[in-house]
Amino acid sequence: MKTLILRTASNYLLPILLLFSIFILLRGHYLPGGGFVGGLIASIAFVLHAFANGLKDTKKLLKFHPGFLMPIGLAVSFLAGLLPVIGFDEPFMTGLWMHDTIPVLGALGTAMFFDIGVYIVVQGVTLTIIFTISESA
Amino acid sequence: MLIAILTGFVFAILLFFGGKNIVSGKLALLPALIPLSLFIYFVRFIKDISNNEIVHKTYEWIPSLGINLSFTLDGLSLLFSLMITGIGTLVFAYTSAYLKGNNYLDRFYGYLAVFMAAMLGLVLSDNLISLFVFWELTSISSFFLIGFNNTSLASRKSAFTALGITGLGGLLLLAGGLVLGSITGTYDISEMLQHKDLIANSDYYLLVGCLIFGAAFTKSAQFPFHFWLPGAMKAPTPVSTYLHSATMVKAGIYLLFRLSPLMGSTNFWNTTLTIVGLITMVYSAFHCLFRTDMKGVLAYSTISALGILVFLIGLGTQESFLAAGVFIIVHALYKATLFMVTGVVDHQAGTRDITQLSGLRKVMLPVAIAGILAAISNAGIPPSIGFVGKDLIYEGTLHLENSAILLTAFAIITNVLISYAGYVAGVKPFVGKLPEKFEKVKFPHFLLWFPPVLLAVAGFVFGVFPFLLQDSLVKPIVQTTGLNTSEIHLKLWHGFTPVLGLSALTIGSGLLLYFLLKPSKKLEQFIAKFDKLSPKSIIENVVLGFTNFSGFWTSTFQSGYLRNYISIIVLFLISLMGFTLLDGTTYKVDYSSFARITVYEVVILTILVLSIGLIVFAKSRLAAVVSTGIMGYSICLLFVFYSAPDLAMTQFAIDTLTVILFVLVLYKLPKYLNLSDYKMRIRDGILSIAFGGLISILALEVLAQPVNSEISDFYAKNSYLLAHGKNVVNVILVDFRGADTMVEISVLAISAIGVFGLLKLRLKSVERFQK
Amino acid sequence: MEFLLAIITGLLYAAGLYMMLRRSMVKLIIGLIIISNGANLLIFLLGRITKGHPPIIPDGSKVFTEIYADPVPQALILTAIVISFGLQSFAIILIKRAYQAVKTDDLDEMNTIEEEIK
Repeated sequence: MKTLILRTASNYLLPILLLFSIFILLRGHYLPGGGFVGGLIASIAFVLHAFANGLKDTKKLLKFHPGFLMPIGLAVSFLAGLLPVIGFDEPFMTGLWMHDTIPVLGALGTAMFFDIGVYIVVQGVTLTIIFTISESA
Repeated sequence: MLIAILTGFVFAILLFFGGKNIVSGKLALLPALIPLSLFIYFVRFIKDISNNEIVHKTYEWIPSLGINLSFTLDGLSLLFSLMITGIGTLVFAYTSAYLKGNNYLDRFYGYLAVFMAAMLGLVLSDNLISLFVFWELTSISSFFLIGFNNTSLASRKSAFTALGITGLGGLLLLAGGLVLGSITGTYDISEMLQHKDLIANSDYYLLVGCLIFGAAFTKSAQFPFHFWLPGAMKAPTPVSTYLHSATMVKAGIYLLFRLSPLMGSTNFWNTTLTIVGLITMVYSAFHCLFRTDMKGVLAYSTISALGILVFLIGLGTQESFLAAGVFIIVHALYKATLFMVTGVVDHQAGTRDITQLSGLRKVMLPVAIAGILAAISNAGIPPSIGFVGKDLIYEGTLHLENSAILLTAFAIITNVLISYAGYVAGVKPFVGKLPEKFEKVKFPHFLLWFPPVLLAVAGFVFGVFPFLLQDSLVKPIVQTTGLNTSEIHLKLWHGFTPVLGLSALTIGSGLLLYFLLKPSKKLEQFIAKFDKLSPKSIIENVVLGFTNFSGFWTSTFQSGYLRNYISIIVLFLISLMGFTLLDGTTYKVDYSSFARITVYEVVILTILVLSIGLIVFAKSRLAAVVSTGIMGYSICLLFVFYSAPDLAMTQFAIDTLTVILFVLVLYKLPKYLNLSDYKMRIRDGILSIAFGGLISILALEVLAQPVNSEISDFYAKNSYLLAHGKNVVNVILVDFRGADTMVEISVLAISAIGVFGLLKLRLKSVERFQK
Repeated sequence: MEFLLAIITGLLYAAGLYMMLRRSMVKLIIGLIIISNGANLLIFLLGRITKGHPPIIPDGSKVFTEIYADPVPQALILTAIVISFGLQSFAIILIKRAYQAVKTDDLDEMNTIEEEIK
C-alpha cells in the first residue's frame, strides 16, 4: 500500500491528525471529545503513517516502543488522582481547580491531567496491539 | 489457660523450623516434656475442683457475634484434660521409640501436638462455636495421623473415610450450636444452662437433638457410623492408642455428657441414646469374636465400650452418670495399655495376627505383664479398677425402673464379649509355646514397655484404693450433670450383693468363652460374607454412586466444546426468562411514534439489517469483515442521531481500528468454511432467534417501566457546579467515576500486554509439537 | 423508534450468538464483536433515547435548561467500546496463535488435538 499519494499525504496528515487529537482531548471537558477519543485518533494517525511508509519508518519516528506509553499514562493518571491526597489532604481523586481561567482551555484542574493520562494509555495500548500484530503477521 | 492450649500449636509451628533436629537423636524425649508439664499444670487444679470450684476464663474473640474464647475447667473437663495430657505424655515418649528413625518423625510430633492442643481446647471450651473449631481441628489432625503412612492406598482411604464421617459430624455440631445459640441468645454453655426451659420448650428441640446426636455419634463411632474407627487402625499404633481409644473418640461422649444437663431428661434424648448405645455395644462386641488382627479386635471392643458409655449417659440417672464417669477412666487406662502392648508386639515380632502369636512372655516379660494386667482390668476381675467400673454399670442398670433385667442382660453379654477381646489381645500372644520363628525377637526398648506397664499398674492402684479417685475426679464429674453427689462412695468390696453375682457370672463366662473359642481365619471369613450388608459398604456404595453420577453429569455438560457450553447457558436463560415472561408483557406498541421516524433513520436501520444478514450468510472472510465494519459505522450513525456525539466518535475510531486489525491478520487466518452440517445450522438458528427475540422482549419490557433518572440528574446538575465541566459524559469519566476509569485503562493495558506476550514470547511446548 | 431499535438489538444478539455457535474460529470472533455491539446498543436503548439534545451544558449557563440525553449509559458504553477493542484484539491473537499451533480452524478438532498432546 505504499502509494506515492498516500505516502505524501500521510507525511502531512500525521502532524495535523496529532494536533487534532490533542485538540479533541483538551476540549473534552466542555464539548464532545476527551482522552479516549483523542487517544484513538492519535493512534489512527500513526497507523495511517505506518500503512503509507512502512512500520520501520513509523517506529523510527516514534523513537521508542509505544508500550512504554502505557506505564507513563497510568502514572500520570494516578498522580493526578494522588495529588489531592498528598498536597491538600483530600480523598483520592478529588477534583482540584485553579481559580483563574486560562484562555482556550478554560479552567485548569486535576481532571484534565487525568484525561491526559487516559489519552497516553489508550494510545500506547492501541499502538502496541497494532504494531505487534503487523510485525508478526 | 489459653496458654496451656496454645502450647501445642506453638510447638507444632516450631517444628517447622529445624524440627528434624529437635525430635531425632538424643533429644527425642524432649517433646514428651510438653504434655508432661501440661499434665502437672492440670494436676494442680484437682484440689480446687474437688472443692466444687469452677475455673472460668474468657478471652474476647468476635464479641459482636457472641463468639468468645471462654474456657471452663470443671470436673468433666479436668478429667479429660488429665487424660489428654497424661496419656499424651506416655504416647509422646512411646512414639520416640516406636517410630525411631522415621524420616517424618517431626511431622508426626507436629500432628500429635496439634491434636493434643485441639483436644484440650475442645474439652475446655465453654463456647459452642469455639468448641466446634477445636472439634474440627481434632478431625483434621486425626486425618493426617491416620494417613501418616501416606504411601499406602488403604491408609489414605481410611483417612478420607474418617475425615468424611467426623467432618460431617462437625458440620452438624455447628448447625446444632447455631440453632441453640438462636434459641437462647448466647453461645456459652454455662449461660445456656440458665435458659434450659427455652430449649426444652422450643419448636426446634428435636432438630437440635438430632444435630447434636449426629455430631456425637459420628465422632464417637456409634452405629451406623462406627466403621471409620476400624479403618482408622491403619494409623501407627501410638495414634490408635491416643486418638482412637483414649481421647478423640471420647469427644462425642464428652459432648453428650456436657449437654445432658442442658438437653437431657427428655424421652427423646434418653431413649435415643439408650437404644443407639445398646445396638452399638452389642453389635460391635460380637464383631470382636471374628477378628484375628489384634488391632481389629481392640477397635471393635473400643466401639463397644463407647456404646456402653452412650448407653449409660442415655439412662440419665445419677448412678449411670457415675458409672460412665468411672468407666471413662477405666477404659482409658486398660485400652491404652492394650494398644501399646499390641504396638510393641507388632514392632518386635512384625505381626499382629493373633493366630500366629503365642508364648511371647519368654522374650518380652514386662510387656506380657502389662498385657495380662490390662486384660484383667478389662475383664473386671478384682482388685482392678475394672471391677469397680463394672460393678457400677450393673448397679446402674439393675436399679432402673423400667426393663432393668433386659438392659442388665445386654450389659452382661457385652461385657462377656469385651472381656474375651481383652484376653485375646492381652493374654493370648504371651501364653503357650513360643514358636521357632519368634525365638530371635529382641527385647523391646525401655520406652516401649515402660508406658504400658505404668498404665496397667495404675489401673490396679486405683482399684485397690478407689477413694483416690472418689473426691478428686469422680464426684466433680457427676456434679457437672447437676445431680446429687453426696452418696457417692467408690468401693472395691460391696459385700455379697446381686451385683457381685453378676460380676462373677461375667468373669466366668468370659474365661469360658476364651478357652472354648480360638480366633481363626475361618471365623473372619465367615463374617466377611455379611460385609455387603454392613453400613460401611452401604455408605461406600452411596459415595461411589455419587461419584459416578458426578462423572456422568460432568461429561454430559462439560463436553469441552465451546458451543455446547454456550448453547446450554443460553437455553437455560431462555427457559428461565421465558417462563417469567409467560405471565404476560406490559409493553404496548405505540403506532403513533412511527410517524416521527425520519428517512435517515430508516436508511440506517436498513443498512444495519443488511450488513448483519451479510455477515451471517457471507461466503468469504473479506465480505464478513467488511460487513462487520459497515455494521459498526451504522451503529456509529445511530449514536449521532440520538444525541451521543462522544459515543459516535469513539465507535468510529474503534471500528476503523478493528477493520485495520482484521485486515492485518486476515490473510494469516484460516479459510472461511462452513464446517457444520445443515441440521446443526437449523438448530443453532432457532436457538439464536429465540435468544434474540427474548432480548427484544426484555428491552421492550424495560422500556415500558418508568425510568429512574436520579443518578443522571445528580451528575447533570453538578457537572459544572462541582466539576467545572460541561460535557457530562466526560466529567463522569474523568471526575465523578475517575477511579473506575483508572481501573479500565489498567485493564486495557493488561490486554495489550497479553497480545504482546502471546505474539512475542514463543510458546515452547507448542513449537515443539509443531515439529 | 424504540420498538424498531429493540428489534434491531435482538437481531444483533441473534446474529452474534449464531456466529459464536459455528465451528470456525473466525466466525467466533465476529460473533463476539456483534454481540458486544448489541450489548452497547441495549444499554443505550434502556437509558432511553433522546433526539438532538446531547448531554452537554449549553454555553452561558451552568445547568441544563432543556431536556438532555442520559449521560450515564453513554459513559458506560464509551469505556465498553474501548475495552471491547482490547478484548477483540486479544481474542484475534489468541486464535491466530492457536491456529499456528494446531493448524486447524475447526474448534471441534482442536478438542481432539488437546487430548493427543496429553
